[in-house]
Amino acid sequence: MKTAVIVFPGSNCDRDMYEAIQCGLGVEVEYVWHAETSLAGFDAIMIPGGFSYGDYLRTGAIARFSNIMPAIVQAANEGKPVLGVCNGFQILLEAGLLPGALIRNKNLKFMCRTVDLEVVNPHTMFSSLYEKGEVIHLPIAHGEGNYYCDEATLAKLHAENRIVFNYQNNPNGSVADIAGIINEKGNVLGMMPHPERAVDALLGNVSGLRLFQSILKHWRDSVATVTA
Amino acid sequence: MPQLQHEPTAEEIAKNRLYLKMGLKENEYERIIEVLGRKPNYTETGLFAVMWSEHCSYKTSKPVLKRFPTSGPRVLQGPGEGAGIVDIGDHQAVVFKIESHNHPSAIEPYQGAATGVGGIIRDVFSMGARPIALLNSLRFGPLTSSRARYLFEEVVSGIAGYGNCIGIPTVGGEVAFDASYEGNPLVNAMCVGLINHEDIQKGQASGIGNTVMYVGAATGRDGIHGATFASEELTEASDEKRPAVQVGDPFMEKLLLEATLEAIKSDAIVGIQDMGAAGLASSSSEMASKAGVGIEMNLDLVPQREAGMTPYEMMLSESQERMLLVVKKGREAEIQEIFRKWDLYAAACGRVIEEKVLRLLHHGTVAAEVPVDALVKDAPVYHMPSQEPAQYRAWQEQEAWRPEITNYKEILLNLLKDPTIASKEWVYNQYDYMVQTNTVVSPGSDAAVVRIRGTQKALAMTTDGNAKYLKLDPEAGGKIAVCEAARNIICSGGEPLAVTDNLNFGNPEKPDVFWQIEKAADGISAACRTLETPVISGNVSLYNETNGQAIDPTPVIGMVGLIENVHHITTVSVKAPGDLIYVIGRAKGEFGGSALQRLLTGDVFGRPPQIDLELEKKREKQLLSAIKAGIIQSAHDISEGGLAVAVAESLFNTKLGASLTISGDNVSELFDETQSRFIVTVKKEDAERLTTMVEDAYPIGFVTDGPRLTIQTEDGIIIDDEVSFYENAWKGAIPCLMTAN
Repeated sequence: MKTAVIVFPGSNCDRDMYEAIQCGLGVEVEYVWHAETSLAGFDAIMIPGGFSYGDYLRTGAIARFSNIMPAIVQAANEGKPVLGVCNGFQILLEAGLLPGALIRNKNLKFMCRTVDLEVVNPHTMFSSLYEKGEVIHLPIAHGEGNYYCDEATLAKLHAENRIVFNYQNNPNGSVADIAGIINEKGNVLGMMPHPERAVDALLGNVSGLRLFQSILKHWRDSVATVTA
Repeated sequence: MPQLQHEPTAEEIAKNRLYLKMGLKENEYERIIEVLGRKPNYTETGLFAVMWSEHCSYKTSKPVLKRFPTSGPRVLQGPGEGAGIVDIGDHQAVVFKIESHNHPSAIEPYQGAATGVGGIIRDVFSMGARPIALLNSLRFGPLTSSRARYLFEEVVSGIAGYGNCIGIPTVGGEVAFDASYEGNPLVNAMCVGLINHEDIQKGQASGIGNTVMYVGAATGRDGIHGATFASEELTEASDEKRPAVQVGDPFMEKLLLEATLEAIKSDAIVGIQDMGAAGLASSSSEMASKAGVGIEMNLDLVPQREAGMTPYEMMLSESQERMLLVVKKGREAEIQEIFRKWDLYAAACGRVIEEKVLRLLHHGTVAAEVPVDALVKDAPVYHMPSQEPAQYRAWQEQEAWRPEITNYKEILLNLLKDPTIASKEWVYNQYDYMVQTNTVVSPGSDAAVVRIRGTQKALAMTTDGNAKYLKLDPEAGGKIAVCEAARNIICSGGEPLAVTDNLNFGNPEKPDVFWQIEKAADGISAACRTLETPVISGNVSLYNETNGQAIDPTPVIGMVGLIENVHHITTVSVKAPGDLIYVIGRAKGEFGGSALQRLLTGDVFGRPPQIDLELEKKREKQLLSAIKAGIIQSAHDISEGGLAVAVAESLFNTKLGASLTISGDNVSELFDETQSRFIVTVKKEDAERLTTMVEDAYPIGFVTDGPRLTIQTEDGIIIDDEVSFYENAWKGAIPCLMTAN
């Protein structure tokens, strides 16, 4: 599985994502600079956290117009796994690949800590190796992670089982405790918690590793299906 | 286009003594005339004013700084460059420095703190290193004051805003609260970087004919005379100096960081220096002076944010996120291409010349021409009068204070609620301490630990300084500050490598303040010599006074240690029920300057704890060898609040408890602050190995399954409570004070 880590000016979790894929998951990974226009040849796309374009205007608002975005949209349309973490989630929302918005944390402060998450939907290509209802611990680090959507959207998310992770003790004021959602097709996941920070036992937490392993498993299964 | 403002002529400057307003003294102005052989024009006067400010020249602290040991077998770069460098083996080195941003933070706390972080990060990557961690050391007035709460809140936000955005984890630090900082908070920021030996850069402009390039953000009118402002006392009029505070843009610095590290990989760069205090003036003149050359710059080529800027404004601006490079002639395009990729300016604006002058061209004329050595090496040096204050003698001769306690529970609770001792979670939960995914030990333990990818090594790092001891006895306090930092490194499993220090004091022109500086430096030097931790970088912040009232003497020690193997990493938290709790070192009943004294009397007085450096060194070595042997389950130094606080802290966040049996004088055993002491836990089967490896270790109890703290003495049980009773108070103290009003 050849994986792309998109790098925008101001991305700062790009190296962490790269290391998680390379050392944690053990598959081929490459950085792709925002000025590129193609993602041909990549099987999975990671949009890392950080402060793309300094979060000027609105988080993710400028990145959404960068040269690489059409290629990301194309990859999403082709059904490739697209994972946006933290600022990556914000970018996916701005790009319209996922519904809703992320606003400032309820307490108006940046917060960094490890939180408890409930796996709401284990039937996705990102979460198949977790159990339904399982509680996992992942770090969060954001100032604008308060997920908001209108009632109709929320009802749709619920109806279509598109909420993948919920906070156990909502830290930021997110609607319905939402920590991560997928698109209708189920191949684009946006989440505020950082799975790439939880793949190494030395750092005391490997809860995030199964998320990446789920993606790999999905890819292997689908490749197997195609070649069979 | 705005009109150029009228600049006073050289004659007008002399006649109206305008140099005084820029911070130059009469004799200094006369000396400038002597050096130049003429009266300086406005730009030149400004150059001398900033370069001869205490902040840039260290003119009063230089004689004191000479006392520090600065070399050692591992030191690759001592003081004098952007940051110091220490070898850690495998062709790798650690780069670090601490710097203050006290005055800017006093009047514009968010930007003052943010740009303090930005500045220290540039110091580290200007050496060619990738920054891997940030720490800080903060002092504010008591949180019962609304002004202190405002400063605290905004400073923490500013540090978070900058560090989080640029993606360097803020992994550790310390915060203390005391009335002496009410008007003059302290904001010291430390940055640690990692470098391969071959990538080490210097801030030198060698090679006649080489090109001087300006890279990074454009120059605006912000921060003009910041260095001068940092070198005078704060007064009620200081708020007017708000325009002297710079505005930070961490996104811009992130770009500059990546571009600079990319550029360093080419061999086109001869020298790099950050444009920090005194901006273009200091970076250009210092790089030239160090290399024994001159620099000619055409200011028309300097990227400018505003129209109509004068040479004076451009040279003195402290706009952030800028660097000066010296690039091999003919290689400019390569550098420009790298910076263009990151959407940054890279303007060839000058050249290295043989004549040792700084020559500034502007609109076709020579706007200033000054010998570089006059600005840098030949800055005045003052040997200030020093006098031992009568109060010191009185404290030394005072009979030791003996506290009496009846309600131990209440005392322990109140100590843990003291904001200086209480949990700093409210602070560090606003810092991204995990980005870069190398943080093994997060904030809240004795030292933070960051692993070095691709090796078995890790780095332990800490900042420390207890001003109360220094107030009573600056020499003893200086020693203790270094030793406490070293203990924190040891308790984390690291061997102390070196020190960066930030000397925060009052007005050095006052003989008793200068005496404090000298004595503190003597204490720091003595401890650094004994512990073999040379001072490799640092910063001096003087004139920390508000309306004539000086802060407590507050040198802050930043220390980095090497953990040879990640298996040695140790934390303060107890690990398993049944483990035995040992204390290393006996209490001597020393309460001068202690947290208990502060709590019970509202003040500090008498003699602070004394320290035997040889004993300190011996214990540290013994404990570290026990840690490396794998028998230490947890380790914590005994510092503010004494043994009871140390034990309580090692239980928090563990869901475990402790049962202690104390003999001797209860108050001394539980709350005294005798130095060179530790609390450790070991498995039962390792008890004997501990006592053979570490002298003066004696058992005081064991870790229990139930989360209860029980302390039994010869007078019966004096404490028997749920740990949560103390933990809630400890965790809730700061949030409670911050939301109470």
